[in-house]
Amino acid sequence: MERPLTKYITPGSIAYNLEDYKKVGGYAGLKKAMKNMTPAEVTSLVKGSNLLGRGGAGFPTGVKWSLVPMNGDDSKPKYLICNADEMEPGTFKDRYLLEGNPHQLIEGMIISAYAIRAEKAYIFLRWAYKKAEAGLRTAINEAYKAGYLGKNILGSGFNLELHVHSSAGRYICGEETALLNSLEGKRALPRTKPPFPAVSGLFGRPTVVNNVETLSWISHIVENGADWFKGLSLTGTGGTKLYGVSGKVKNPGIWELPLGITMRELLEEHAGGMATGHKFRGALPGGASTDFLIEEHLDVKMDFTTVAAAGSRLGTGTMIVLDDKTCPVAFVHNVERFFALESCGWCTPCREGLPWVEKMLASIEEGTGKMEYLDLLKFNAKYMGPGNTFCAHAPGAAEPLQSGLKYFYDDFVEHITGKKCPWK
Amino acid sequence: MSLEVAMVKISIEGKYYEAKPEKNLLETCLSLGIDIPHFCFHPALGSVGACRLCAVKKFRDKDDAKGRIVMSCMEPVTEGLIISIDDPEVKAFRSSVIESLMTNHPHDCPVCDEGGECHLQDMTVMTGHIYRRFDFPKRTYYNQELGPFISHDMNRCIQCYRCVRFYGDYAGGKDLNVFASRNHVYFGRHEDGPLENEFSGNLVEVCPTGVFTDKTLKKHFTRKWDLSNAPSVCVHCSIGCNTIASERYGYLRRIMSRYNGAVNGYFICDRGRFGYEFVNDEKRIKTVLIHSKNEIVPEPVNYEQLLSCLDQSLSRNKNIIGIGSPRASLESNFALMTLVGKENFCHGISKKEYLLTNTITEFLQHTGIRTPSLKQIEKADAILVLGEDLTNTAPMISLALRQAVRNLPNEEAKGKGIQLWNDAPVRELAQDSKSPLFIATPFGDSLDEIAEDTFRASYRDIASLGFAVALKLDKKASELKSDKKDIEKLAGKIAFSLKNAKNPLIISGVSSNDESIVNAALNIATALSSIGSKAMLSLVLPECNSLGLAFFPGKSFEDAFHLIENKEIDTLIVLENDLFRRAEKESVNNLFKKSRQIVVLDHLPNKTAQAADVLLPAATFAESEGTFVNNEGRAQRFYKAIDSKSQVKESWRWLGDFIKIRYGNKEVLWNRLDDIVESMANELPVFSKLKEYKPGADFRMLSTKIPRQTMRFSGRTAMNANISVAEPKLSQDPDSPLAFSMEGQQEMPPSSLVPFYWMPGWNSVQAMYDYVDEPGGSMKGGDPGIRLIESTEGIENTYFGQGSQNNAAEKDEWQIIPLNQIFGSDELSSVSSSVLQKTHEPFVLINQKDADIISINDGDYVQLEILKVKLRVKVKIDSSIIQGLAGLSVNLPGMPFFNIPDTGKFHKL
Repeated sequence: MERPLTKYITPGSIAYNLEDYKKVGGYAGLKKAMKNMTPAEVTSLVKGSNLLGRGGAGFPTGVKWSLVPMNGDDSKPKYLICNADEMEPGTFKDRYLLEGNPHQLIEGMIISAYAIRAEKAYIFLRWAYKKAEAGLRTAINEAYKAGYLGKNILGSGFNLELHVHSSAGRYICGEETALLNSLEGKRALPRTKPPFPAVSGLFGRPTVVNNVETLSWISHIVENGADWFKGLSLTGTGGTKLYGVSGKVKNPGIWELPLGITMRELLEEHAGGMATGHKFRGALPGGASTDFLIEEHLDVKMDFTTVAAAGSRLGTGTMIVLDDKTCPVAFVHNVERFFALESCGWCTPCREGLPWVEKMLASIEEGTGKMEYLDLLKFNAKYMGPGNTFCAHAPGAAEPLQSGLKYFYDDFVEHITGKKCPWK
Repeated sequence: MSLEVAMVKISIEGKYYEAKPEKNLLETCLSLGIDIPHFCFHPALGSVGACRLCAVKKFRDKDDAKGRIVMSCMEPVTEGLIISIDDPEVKAFRSSVIESLMTNHPHDCPVCDEGGECHLQDMTVMTGHIYRRFDFPKRTYYNQELGPFISHDMNRCIQCYRCVRFYGDYAGGKDLNVFASRNHVYFGRHEDGPLENEFSGNLVEVCPTGVFTDKTLKKHFTRKWDLSNAPSVCVHCSIGCNTIASERYGYLRRIMSRYNGAVNGYFICDRGRFGYEFVNDEKRIKTVLIHSKNEIVPEPVNYEQLLSCLDQSLSRNKNIIGIGSPRASLESNFALMTLVGKENFCHGISKKEYLLTNTITEFLQHTGIRTPSLKQIEKADAILVLGEDLTNTAPMISLALRQAVRNLPNEEAKGKGIQLWNDAPVRELAQDSKSPLFIATPFGDSLDEIAEDTFRASYRDIASLGFAVALKLDKKASELKSDKKDIEKLAGKIAFSLKNAKNPLIISGVSSNDESIVNAALNIATALSSIGSKAMLSLVLPECNSLGLAFFPGKSFEDAFHLIENKEIDTLIVLENDLFRRAEKESVNNLFKKSRQIVVLDHLPNKTAQAADVLLPAATFAESEGTFVNNEGRAQRFYKAIDSKSQVKESWRWLGDFIKIRYGNKEVLWNRLDDIVESMANELPVFSKLKEYKPGADFRMLSTKIPRQTMRFSGRTAMNANISVAEPKLSQDPDSPLAFSMEGQQEMPPSSLVPFYWMPGWNSVQAMYDYVDEPGGSMKGGDPGIRLIESTEGIENTYFGQGSQNNAAEKDEWQIIPLNQIFGSDELSSVSSSVLQKTHEPFVLINQKDADIISINDGDYVQLEILKVKLRVKVKIDSSIIQGLAGLSVNLPGMPFFNIPDTGKFHKL
């Protein structure tokens, strides 16, 4: 089984420096792209590979790139941004790549910037990722010295400046347009779309924002081709995926596996099954902003379309497991409290709905909840739904709420009628 | 007129409508008279999609039964668009938005200053939300002290973001912002303190709830429905913003912006909004006062006593001199001119102002060059400001310029398919890109931040720059050499921008008191016009009727001094004018000494009024009807909000009485405003168009007058019961079709007669949607006002020379130039107690290096010797003013008149 992204990552040991990275074939993809391919060819290759964005939404990367105007006024800058603001609760896959193999990301970014003719690139990094920041800065310096960054890269005439920007630490900055505002030094409010960033992004110029895992793929696809990439997955989507499991399992962790393995395989084979004395009750399959899946879904294939068909989302592919020793109401409350705190305060349903939900859940958990709260929680989940809000923050927050109410309704009722949390 | 754009067909609730594709769906529906609840959209601010209240259902096609919820403010209008506003799901959603906003909004309507004209109340009723289901404590905030104008109550905030979008994005304010996040977002300053921006008062109207309210109204609180209102015109500068003046218990209670699509749009400046308090001042002259020779203090007299006193002095054989005023109405000035005769009528303005105003008036009347409305200023795409300190002399022009510089980036946005109502992306794309604005002034200003280039120089060099620009445009233009190096290059750049613009605009004015600057501005306009450019020229004048007065024949004020040199004046009549603001004390005192009797008509006991033998209580704008001409040449009528119960009368009415005394009843017979306007239009051709100023006093809607009071006006029989229990007789107003009553036709009055905005469902100022053809458009029936100067075919271009020169500074001397202040330099508003709190004490502005030379620090006092007068004045150090210049704050309370620019010296105290 191939593990292109994590092959050279050994947890606990330091990441490859430039020399080591080159020894295992690093920057060969860059050389190939620069010497043998035009930007349009790179884009069309990535489009052909059907690489879907690994940030959670699964938008085709090549399509995103192809929206960038290529024959326009080149005197104005274009930007490539790596979204490394990994703040989704339960998600730590980008951290693994950032700390484990920064050159793989840098190489991917240079090729991607070349494809869209962006001469400035930023890595927008979660503030808490201090180790990753240090590693990235070292690796970027090496890349500059080696001539992979800066002016006239590998004699191609292409220039690229790459900067690391440590975020001020807000969940909403991971939303690609709020990220742009934040990077400009403005309030981290999402922007309306259209216009899409490819038309008017950072500082009003054409911009592409891609996730760490997505960009880490680029050099491999350039080197090995689209068909190789497609062949890596079990379903038609293409590639491997970094899957993670957290919660009361025997062996929580992260694994690079073919896209499309089942939840059961992930849970039982890789995470080692439930911890002794704990039973599986459900899981958020792709981070906190995805709907619960339960036992009946264990054979669902973990790819974008199949998980969606089961009523949830693949999201970041990092699963949070709920066990029978943990109160589902407290679980949902904890998640909603996070989302309420991280709302940017721009649109009404999110700003006002989430705190209301949080208060009701806290009250139920404390044993002071009322039966009518159950309807009000359902009402709010719908009220904050897609289309009703300015961005996807509140609809994401509504997912664990609505599915939690659906699958653990009896637990909610028990809290209210018993006037206490049965787990306490 | 804009070109006709192809209309598209859309379907709302199954009915088809024609719509403009450049508008969003919300604007479209509001134009069609279809109400959609909303908060964050504002016609002047565009859409941002924050509040989510304007949700509607959009259907893919006729077969789509489900549809999806979209925000109408963010929805482009496209051919075949199918929407529903009444769809049950979307109705429920809108109600939910209100419900969730109400989770934190206090239920304090009965004690809230916004109650009764609250956008949130309107929206709550419109969406049908009634019962609260939220049973947790509401969040609370700290309220800030924001200075004398605005009260702050953050608990009422519904986070629509309109305040910061107006204050920061639209008006360029820096000290109001949004802090924190989630349901703790806070709109305020970084710390308590007076709001700095000159347009802060608009927050009162922009805010949909009672977060920002009018502190001057709050002091004597009254509800909207209890106010008696009149359409009025601002008296505090030459722009002529339209206002609504509102009265209760005989006092003026507030000024609000009155929409005029061609003039001020939705907004007014803080001087205009809060300067009104002078009307209520306790020192107001309310009775006729006669100062007999043996008395120390003047004594109040009745009308008969007054007549007997004036009987002799007004007789035909007496020599009467009349001094008119740029802050008095056309009618009052005309009545004075009629009383004293053209040969004895003087314009009561300083010598230099008279000269400059005359040059301007002649120029505007004979060259056919466009004087733009504020709306047209907003459309300018290359602008040169020559020597005028707009923020302080015509604040609303500076606000218009902030919109004008967006024209160039707006074109780019359109090119990328971003519609201009989509405010955030338009601003995002624009970044720092702006239409070219060049500011050539002696010292810095907040507008500098939007300028492509600023030119800080002496008056002489500013004029040279202007002459050089004209010369670059037309070789025949005159030249004014300068030693300053960068003038040529900059002039070339400015000329290039103006020449290539579709709507080039030159702005200058008389506040510099400098002939060469005004001449330079006129020359540039002439040069542009000579090359076929449709140049616009906006010239700022000092007062609300400066241009109106300039249209009158009459001598200068200096000529009045000459008139009296050899002979005594029997009677000197001064109309609404403090002559000590127009000339040196000695000259004015000399004039008074030579006058046997001084009759003064005014509102407040200024120095001139104090010298009067007969002092007549003149009605302010709030107690009278009349007409002003703004700097654009637009004649605008104002109507009385207060029916004064004292002896206070319109100046034209007093003077009309005197005309009868002097000439007998048969000669002139004016019973009401329309009569005097007709007389004036016949007598002076420049005013002939005023005959078209309709409707006149006889106008009726369904046989009734237009009520100044709302249908819910309360207390008519009770409010004066402590004085008399009998129901008082209704006040009469023979001069206008407005009635001091709540009875009458409450439907849409003609656009110039709108006393307040109120429509079914809309108690707040948003009711305005029903009064305009489209949001941000023109008033239904046309924007009020008549332009007295219309573009004529241009006659042969002639260029002005430099004109009179200012004295050059010798060694150890500085050029002292006048510096006006938005708060304090206007005579009437400076009396307002709120404005007074924002007024600086007189100061002189100098450069740091100059301060070092005379070893003086910021805030120190210094003696300034100027024109042989020694003045103790505070020093302000400013890095923007160039060395060798000193700006003296003129016209502030306590400042004597100085005929500057001239030279002066500093002495340490």
